Order: sequence, then structure tokens, then C-alpha cells
Amino acid sequence: MDCKRAYLAHFGVSEEDLRKVLAAALEKGGDYADLFFEHTFNNAVGLRDGEVNSTFSGIDYGVGVRVLSGDQTGYAYVENTTLEDMLKAAGTAARIANGASTGISPEFAVKVSPKNYYTIRQSWEDMTLKQRIPYVQMLNDRIFALDKRVNKVMVNLSDSSSHIFFVNSEGVMFYDYRPMVSLTANCVMLANGVYENGRAARSFRVGFEFLTDEMVGIIAKEAVDETAIMYQAIKPKGGEMPVVLGAGGSGIFLHEAIGHAFEADFNRKGTSIFSDRLHQKICGDFINVVDDGTIPFNRGSVNIDDEGVDGQKTYVVREGVLSSYLYDRMSAKHFNVSSTGNGRRESFRQTPIPRMRATYMENGNASEAEMIASVKKGVFVNSFTNGQVQIGAGDFTFFVKSGYLIENGKLTQPIKDINIIGNGPKALADMTMVSDNYLMDNGTWTCGKDGQSCPVTCGMPSALIKKLTVGGLS
Amino acid sequence: MISKEYKDLAKWAMNFSLHQGCQAVRVSVYSGSDTDFEIRDKQLDKLQQSSENQMVLSLYVDGRYGSFSTNRMEKKELSKFITNAVESVRYLTPDTNRQLPNPELYYKGGRPDLALHDPYMDRLQPDEKLQLASDAANEILGTDERILSVQSSYSDGESFSYMVASNGFEGESSVSYFSLTVSVSVKGEGDARPESFWYDQALSYDDLIKKNIGKIALERTLRKLGQKKIESGNYCMVVDNLNSCRLLSPILSALSGAALQQNNSFLLDKKGQQVLSEKVTLMDDPHIPHTFGARYFDNEGVATRKRYIFNKGVLETYFIDTYHALKMGVEPTISNPSHLMMEKGERSMEEMIASVEKGILVIGFNGGNSNSSSGDFSFGMEGFLIENGKLTQPVSEMNVTGNLLILWNQLSEVGNDPRLDSAYLIPSLRFENVAFSGL
Repeated sequence: MDCKRAYLAHFGVSEEDLRKVLAAALEKGGDYADLFFEHTFNNAVGLRDGEVNSTFSGIDYGVGVRVLSGDQTGYAYVENTTLEDMLKAAGTAARIANGASTGISPEFAVKVSPKNYYTIRQSWEDMTLKQRIPYVQMLNDRIFALDKRVNKVMVNLSDSSSHIFFVNSEGVMFYDYRPMVSLTANCVMLANGVYENGRAARSFRVGFEFLTDEMVGIIAKEAVDETAIMYQAIKPKGGEMPVVLGAGGSGIFLHEAIGHAFEADFNRKGTSIFSDRLHQKICGDFINVVDDGTIPFNRGSVNIDDEGVDGQKTYVVREGVLSSYLYDRMSAKHFNVSSTGNGRRESFRQTPIPRMRATYMENGNASEAEMIASVKKGVFVNSFTNGQVQIGAGDFTFFVKSGYLIENGKLTQPIKDINIIGNGPKALADMTMVSDNYLMDNGTWTCGKDGQSCPVTCGMPSALIKKLTVGGLS
Repeated sequence: MISKEYKDLAKWAMNFSLHQGCQAVRVSVYSGSDTDFEIRDKQLDKLQQSSENQMVLSLYVDGRYGSFSTNRMEKKELSKFITNAVESVRYLTPDTNRQLPNPELYYKGGRPDLALHDPYMDRLQPDEKLQLASDAANEILGTDERILSVQSSYSDGESFSYMVASNGFEGESSVSYFSLTVSVSVKGEGDARPESFWYDQALSYDDLIKKNIGKIALERTLRKLGQKKIESGNYCMVVDNLNSCRLLSPILSALSGAALQQNNSFLLDKKGQQVLSEKVTLMDDPHIPHTFGARYFDNEGVATRKRYIFNKGVLETYFIDTYHALKMGVEPTISNPSHLMMEKGERSMEEMIASVEKGILVIGFNGGNSNSSSGDFSFGMEGFLIENGKLTQPVSEMNVTGNLLILWNQLSEVGNDPRLDSAYLIPSLRFENVAFSGL
């Protein structure tokens, strides 16, 4: 009871208010309504030219009212939580339905996540700028110390702490405290009159304890390595060829090639290339792909999703079979299954839609060495910046920051700045080997969909795809 | 318009910040609202309404700088927020280059209204908006058995801003938009479900094109049927006016003070030099009433004016704000472009295509990126093979790769057809000898 009182007090509302707003939301006969309260504190501190000399802080506060009527959605939000304004928003969202009041008056039961995947020791809200600054400075200094060619460094530390409070017309009530931190370094080197740049970052749902000497060291080394390799790298000759995806960030392949196309809203609407493939064999039976909201401290983890469903681990491909789509509440109802807890939203300003969390492939039996040895002429790729997909056509792409040529079974010349394009179902079916070196990439991956940004991650063991189109010279 | 209450609040916040120890302050207040109606397969799929307010403060304290934003607009909460903000800025290392702009550069007011806000917005009824979305979809529903799904949406919105700075700036702006979009998915080969869209957007309701959006969306989707990748090689490349901007964006990024000051720009130290083809004349022309991007001042209050960015391929202007200008010891220009216009050529895209013996027409880029140090780029694409002046084969799943400076020197023709519903008016473009990777 005490915790319930604390949540209500945080947003200055009473249970009676919540009941009134939900009733107003359903006054035209919608079959479900929810209220999503958010109070977020953002901070950032930046270094350039050796000095920690800029900062940002922001506060965001509001509540979104959603009404569902079958597959239809009504949504409105307000930036304060007075009863009068919430009722107005509810009245707007209610208009999606066209019938008589449902007359609900739910009793709220507090739902507690089975596990907290982002327990923090020190809240970002309690730490001053002064306590953050030494780590930002240290990252700069480490990068300069690592390589004489370093010419410019920019460091940015950003953190956010979100208080999320949720109720729905079925009486579900939950509260979630969501921390997030990203530490990013951009490095520019100058050698023989040529500038090159590289970047490294780590991001987690964790408190101030994230900042350690070790973490700073990891990011510094990666930023320097990513920049330094650019001096040796060339653009390869383009065309169709075998591609070995290195462990870790190659998980972007899963995110783009299949992850989006598995999101159940596209399949509910029949616009995904995988719309008719559920429970069918789509690739080798040594392939298992997971979308997981339960990895401790992972950037993509969710204790409870943004519509009251437990965070969970979902197999989307099991032994080569498309075993599940990624469902939110609406699409789960459409397909008559349980939601997989993928209903997420950028903030109280948006409706939840199916979104990925941490998407990765489980280990296979091959070794990376043997898959490289099996390629006569191809590329090995292991550093990426961004990707994209056309859900219906299935064409996906991802941009390779750096990698290597494979010639006669050996890694040879470093390569850089090339795009790789393929077709999702074909590429997955063309995956012939999966290694045993699974790695999660904890970079600042941010997924965009329907104008909403969502924090995600991706990971993979090394894997061989027989044929993709690699950008390059002709 | 920003209400008098919020203008007074902005001035109060500025004075309160000065009282807390700031030597200089800039405060902006933003207010906006949007509505969105989406229809899918004859049924209302989603209606969404929103309105929001935000205050952004730039605080200059003892040679140090921080920016702060909040949507909690009560004085009591703002007092605490500002007090904490000032305190945290004091922890930073001083940076004397953090200053408000020279007041002589500010926009001083008195120019005619730019006519960016349509008062008709308030009179439009929800049913009319819904009807527009519905009519756009109805143009094509049931007209072709290959159609799997039709989604249409009507959106409109307005946004207002007010800005005040302690060294003598006060200004405000209003803008509205109206847009109509149709997306179509059709049955393709195997499991493929090709999709495409068409849209129009305008600053005023009367300007919004309301007819044929659905029909064009369907045509654009059906023409993609049978896409395949073709042989790798160097081709002449024509890029349509919906996508030409993508090739200009990295050039604009390379012109920004933030990139230049960090030696992270492939256009560093290139001012005054011929860097692009002499066919490229690009003008920032911010004072044409009723055009996207038009404005009298930038986000620092600095007055905008007509400028050549490139004149016959010669780089004339970097986008340098107050901070980066002081850092680099150069004169500031403007923080970013407003309303860009590329000098048009003589012919339409269709006429350009008719003169291409063998080439590729790009109708969409798919992902990809470019290197800010070198200008090297590689993008996924889809489009058509051009043979003897005709579009003969839809293509997809290919990459186009090169270097932006080399590419823009291979520009052989600028079309006469920029889309007017954008702040960047870039016509269709033709480039010679561009590397495509496919089979």
C-alpha cells in the first residue's frame, strides 16, 4: 500500500482521479484504456579541446491517455497531471470509439516485476556534475595518451532517470524506475596531412557505478583502434560475395534483416515479408535468435513493458523455425496469443508499438577460424554505424565502418566505409555457419520506427553468409 | 502565437537567472500542437492529438556555459530548476568563447510577416480531416487486386516560438503545416510485399494537394514489381527530386562550424575554392514569404540574409555560429541553412532520362552512410535500369559507392524540378560514371 501511495504522490494524483480519467477514456465504448505517466531527468556533460566545458539538463513530465477499440487507437497526452487536463486528454482519445460508455471502475492492484533487471547502487539523480566531470576528463586524457596521432577528442556523458507510473482499465498498476547512461568518445587523428575519425561508446541501464577506470579504459582503447585502422583501410571492389559477420555488433544484421519484419504490427497488417511464415522453417536448424528484455543492465532491458506486460526473453527463431513474432497488446489480441512484452514507447507522447529489446543469436558449433578459412574471396566485418530495412520487400542494409578482406581463407587488407545490402529471408537462409563466440554489443544503439526512438542492443556469435552485396568500387 | 503569460514567464526566467549570478542569458519558449488521423483499409486506425510547451535556457555563468530545458512551467519549480542549473554550470571549466552573439548581428524586427502560419487551421473540423485521409485512400481501394493494404493519413500542426536574450534580442515566429500521405503494399513475387508512398505537405491548407495522392502512391508501388539486382559496374546515375537531397546532406554537415572546429570535415580549409562541379550554384534565400525554412533569424537570434553557399562550384559560405566563430577566430555567419535553392537546369527528369544511353535512375536510398573526414560514401538503393533513354528494369538490393567530392564533380546536369514542399529545393540530378555494386 505504501508504495502505491508514493507513486500516486509523485504525480499528484489519487486512485479516484485515475478511475475518473479511465472512465472518461472509455465513455464512447472503447474496450481498453491506459494511462502512462512519466517524469524524466536528463543530464549531459561535454568535453572538447581538452576541457569539460558544456552541460545540459532537462526535465520532461506528462501523461499519455490511450484508448483501444479493436485494432483502433485513440491517443492524447498532456504535460501536467491535473484532473481537468487529464479528463480533456481522455475525452480526445475516447473519440476513437463510437458507442456507449463501458462503465468501468477498476480496483488497482500493484504489479511487481518478477525481477529488477536494472538495480542501481547510486542514482544519477543524486550525483552532482562535479562528480561526473573527472571521468569525462579521464577519457579524453587516456585517448591522447594512447596514440600520438590523436588531434581532437570530444567526450559526452549523458544519463537519464525516468519515473514511470502506469494504470489501465483492467486494474493493472505498476511503477518502474529506469536509469540509462551513455559515454561516448569521438576521436580525430592527423597523420601525414590526412585526418581520420573514429568513435566508441558504451550504454547501460545502470547507476553512477557505471563510471570506472576500467570502463573509461575500454572506451578509450576502442576509440583509438577504430580511428587508427582507418589509415590502413581501403574501399574494396564491390559485388556479391561471402560475408563473415564478426561477433558482437554484427547483431545489427539480425535487427535489420529479420527483427523488424518479425514485429507483429507489420504482420497484423500483412505488410511484412514474413507475414505468412510463422511456424515455418526459415533457416538452418543450428540457428536460434532471441529478443530479450531480461539481460541485467542491458540498454534494451525492460522490467515491465510500456503497457503493463512483464519483461521477458522471446525466441523468435528456434532451431531454424520462425517461432514467434514480437507482440504488443494489440497485435497479441489480434493473433490470439499472449503479448511478448515488446510494447514500448519513446515517451508519454507516443503510443506503444512492438519494438525490439536486446536482439541476438545464440552460439552455434563452428569456430570463427574455420569459417574464415572456408572463404576464398569475401569480407569479414565487425564495426558498424547504422542500418535500415524495407519491411515488405525485405531488403536490408547495414553500414560497415571497418572490417577486412578475406583472401584464400585469410584476413588480409583492412576495409572501410562500405554499405552491405541483402534480402532478409534469403540472407538468413544463406547463413551456413554459426560460431561459438557470442558477444553482446553494448554500444548506443537506437532504433527508429514510426517517428519514435527506442534504446536497443544487438549481439551475435560470428557467422558466415554465403552471399550478400558489398558496396565498393567497380 | 506564444501567449503573453509565457512571454512574461520567459522574461521572468531571464531576470531570475541573471539574479542568480548569470552574466548573460537566452530564454526560448516553444508551444505547439499536432493532430494526426490514420486510416487503414477503410477503417480509422489511429487518431492522435497533442499539444506541448517547453522552455529552453542558455546560461552563461562566469565564463562557463550550460543549456537547460523543461516542460514544467510553474515559477516555483522553475526557480529551483534555474538555481540548480546555475550551480552546476559553475563546476565547468571556463570557456571564454561561450558568449551570446554580438548584438549588432541580431535581427532587429520590422520586416513583413513571412506568412508561414495559416489561420484557417483553427477552423478545420476533425470530420473534414478524416474525410481527406479517407478520400485519398478511396482513390485506389478496390482498383487493383494486387493491393494488400492501403494506409492514409492526414496531419496538421502549428508551432510557435518566442526568444529573448539579455543583451538585447526579442523575437518570435509561427509556422503551420498540413500533410496528406498514402502508403500502399502490394503482392509481389514469392513472399515479397513491395511498398511505396506518396505525399504532399504545405504551409497552408489551400496549398495542400489533396487529389491523386493515392493514385500516385499506387503507381509508385506497382512500378517496383519485378525488382532485381543487375551487374556491378560504373553507370550514369539519375537521382529523382525526392532523393537528391540525400547526396547534399553530408556536404552541408561538412560546412558546419562544429565539424570544422574539430577538424572533422572533408571541406576543411576549402572556402573560396572550386570544390564541386561548376553546375552547382546553391543559395540560401531565407526571406521569401510562404516558403519552408524561411526565417528572419536563426536559433541564436542572428539575422539571416541571402547568401551563396556554392557559386558555380566555388565554396562561399560555412555555417558558423557564435561559439565556433570565436573558437576558430573567424567571423560568424549563420548557425545552419534556412531555405536552400539549387540553381535549376533546363530539363525535366524525364527529358534527362531520355538522353541517357545506359544508366540507373535512383528512386530511393536504403541506409548507408558517409565518412565525415574523407567524404567517402556507400548507400543502398533501388530504382530502374535506363537503356537507350527508357526505364527497362526495376532494380534493387544494390549499393552505390564513391566519394562525395568526386561525385559532385561528376555532376553533368541539374534538372528543373525541385519539390517545393521542402526547405531544401534540390532538383533531380544526373551524375556520370558512378560505381554501383550488384551481381
